[in-house]
Amino acid sequence: MFKTVENISAYYANPQRFMRLAQTLHAPLWGLAVGVLALGLYMVSQVPDDYQQGSTVRIMFVHVPAAWMALFAYSFIFFASVTALIFRHPVGHIAGRAAAPIGAVFTLIALITGSLWGQPMWGTWWVWDARLTSVLVLLFIYLGYIALWQAIEDHGQAARAAAILAIVGSVNVPIVKFSVDWWNTLHQPASVSRFARPALHADFLYPLLVMGLGFTLLFLALTLTRMQMEILRQRARARHNGGAHV
Amino acid sequence: MVKQKLFFPVTAFDAEQELRVFELACTRGARQVFSDVAFHLKAGQALAVYGDNGSGKTSLLRLLAGLLAPQAGDVSLAHGPLALQSHYLGHVDGLKANLTVSETLRFTARLFNGADTTFDLGDIGLTAYDEQRVGDLSAGQKRRLMLARLAIAPRQIWLLDEPLTALDKQGRALIDTLAQQHLAVGGMILAASHEALGFATQQLSLTQEAVR
Amino acid sequence: MGLFIALCHQHILLAWRGGHTTLIVSFLFIAIILMPFGLGPELALLRQLAPGLLWVVLLMSVLLSLDRMFQADFEDGSMDQMALIPLSLEMVVVAKSLGHFIALFLPLLAAIPLAGLLLNIDAAALPALMLSMVAGAPALTLLGAIGAALALSIRRSAMLTVLLVMPLYVPVLIFGASSSAGALSNGGSVDMASIAILALMSLAALFLAPLAAAAALRVALR
Repeated sequence: MFKTVENISAYYANPQRFMRLAQTLHAPLWGLAVGVLALGLYMVSQVPDDYQQGSTVRIMFVHVPAAWMALFAYSFIFFASVTALIFRHPVGHIAGRAAAPIGAVFTLIALITGSLWGQPMWGTWWVWDARLTSVLVLLFIYLGYIALWQAIEDHGQAARAAAILAIVGSVNVPIVKFSVDWWNTLHQPASVSRFARPALHADFLYPLLVMGLGFTLLFLALTLTRMQMEILRQRARARHNGGAHV
Repeated sequence: MVKQKLFFPVTAFDAEQELRVFELACTRGARQVFSDVAFHLKAGQALAVYGDNGSGKTSLLRLLAGLLAPQAGDVSLAHGPLALQSHYLGHVDGLKANLTVSETLRFTARLFNGADTTFDLGDIGLTAYDEQRVGDLSAGQKRRLMLARLAIAPRQIWLLDEPLTALDKQGRALIDTLAQQHLAVGGMILAASHEALGFATQQLSLTQEAVR
Repeated sequence: MGLFIALCHQHILLAWRGGHTTLIVSFLFIAIILMPFGLGPELALLRQLAPGLLWVVLLMSVLLSLDRMFQADFEDGSMDQMALIPLSLEMVVVAKSLGHFIALFLPLLAAIPLAGLLLNIDAAALPALMLSMVAGAPALTLLGAIGAALALSIRRSAMLTVLLVMPLYVPVLIFGASSSAGALSNGGSVDMASIAILALMSLAALFLAPLAAAAALRVALR
């Protein structure tokens, strides 16, 4: 099984072959993403108002999937980095670089929607509850990864350094989650109510899952597009320099 | 403490040692620096690498020192790992401005030989400079100090990047002596240079790819 | 072993002579002195905040010192030589981290009681605070080494190093600060659970961080 995976990934490690694959996937992936998101948004509009939170509960349908994507995107970067380092795939590096800003934006969306969702309950725009704090640290992990890519001039060097950082960061993410959870229980301020999530029965669960799927497809479509752009950019640069061809 | 002479007689190196390089290619970033480089060096031989700036002389030496990985090709040394049997003298001198001359040499001895030794500086023309701060030395003096490393830890292969740079007359004479001595006991030298090197027995020219 | 000690010794000598120690300890005091100006001179408030403030300022001081770990060696070509000596690059990282700890962290630690005095810290809380800092020191130094190594080939990389290392430091800070703040409320007795977790983090960092840092050094040397 491993051999097959290795063979498949080795096959597509060649950027040219990957571009052909990307071109075939491009339109269907975008179509699917937009379609599922449209369905999800429709389902969300049909959800009854929560008796406690009113219609602001709908923010949850953006906040929760965005938080899922924040983590999913980072796992994606982790696997891309591992593949790139172990199997020497340049496409793995490109995938990580392409996915990072999208993951960062999802993280930001999760933070902002979390703040908007909680404000009526808390009476304030920000609380240091465990989940929001963890997501905030995750944002900085993304920023560091993106900054490293930008700061190192040599592309190959930047790629390898970023891959190492991604792997170190992935080990760190669960540690941060554990620490922040612990920290939050320790300092639990009595006056601030925690995120009141409505009971997840079918009315809420299905739209949430559909939105989650839609966000995932959107992430993949965006990442794929960015990867294609990056490969084209590298080709243009290589042609300009008259050097090795990507 | 008895001061050890820098250039104490060194036991002969492995006479069977051979360095073979074939079809060596190197890329930096997206640029193909050189490709299809090949040579064969035996004990007692010295290869001078000539080429314009950017032709990859430094890259070749760093590759052999193990600091860079080749894109393609093969480097093979007959006996033992290359990194532990070579000295690499690069563009920057690897000297610490805030250490004294004798401290520098003692640290070098500790790091390369594992032995703490004090040295007689007469051979590199720095007698009475023991307690002098390295940062206060002239450029030529610093280069001579850098060359001392070659003598402190006897290693068979010398990878020298532009060894004549910033060397005063004393320095050039020094390096010539050092090189001849080294080759005489079976050492091997690879030196990149703009100028002709007297001690070279072979030559390699790295031509730059045509600029588009 | 001799090589390890030699590297460590060299790092300490250079840190001392380069005035790094004085600079970093000065930063610690400057940051602490600014606190009352920002928070007000009310002693009771400062006393309550003191352990947390000291931990944060210690962290920031260490963060600022990180670009001294490898940068100079990289720029003057010494790092090339370290790849050629019979000591693995991982051990080189540990040796330099130990040197960094001795030359920079220990003086910071020695400055903490005096800095705490300025914040009217409860004397009973001081031992717990120092213990938590000692327990977390290896983690801070070694995790910092990862950031320092990743940002190596970039000139003026201090801010980037801070950004890279900050998420790694958050868990250490959480357990460090809470263990000493806890001591305030129960009259100086140490929260051993947090100290144990800190020590565990330091141990894990000792084994894992050199691998990452050495890998990053190799990337920078290419």
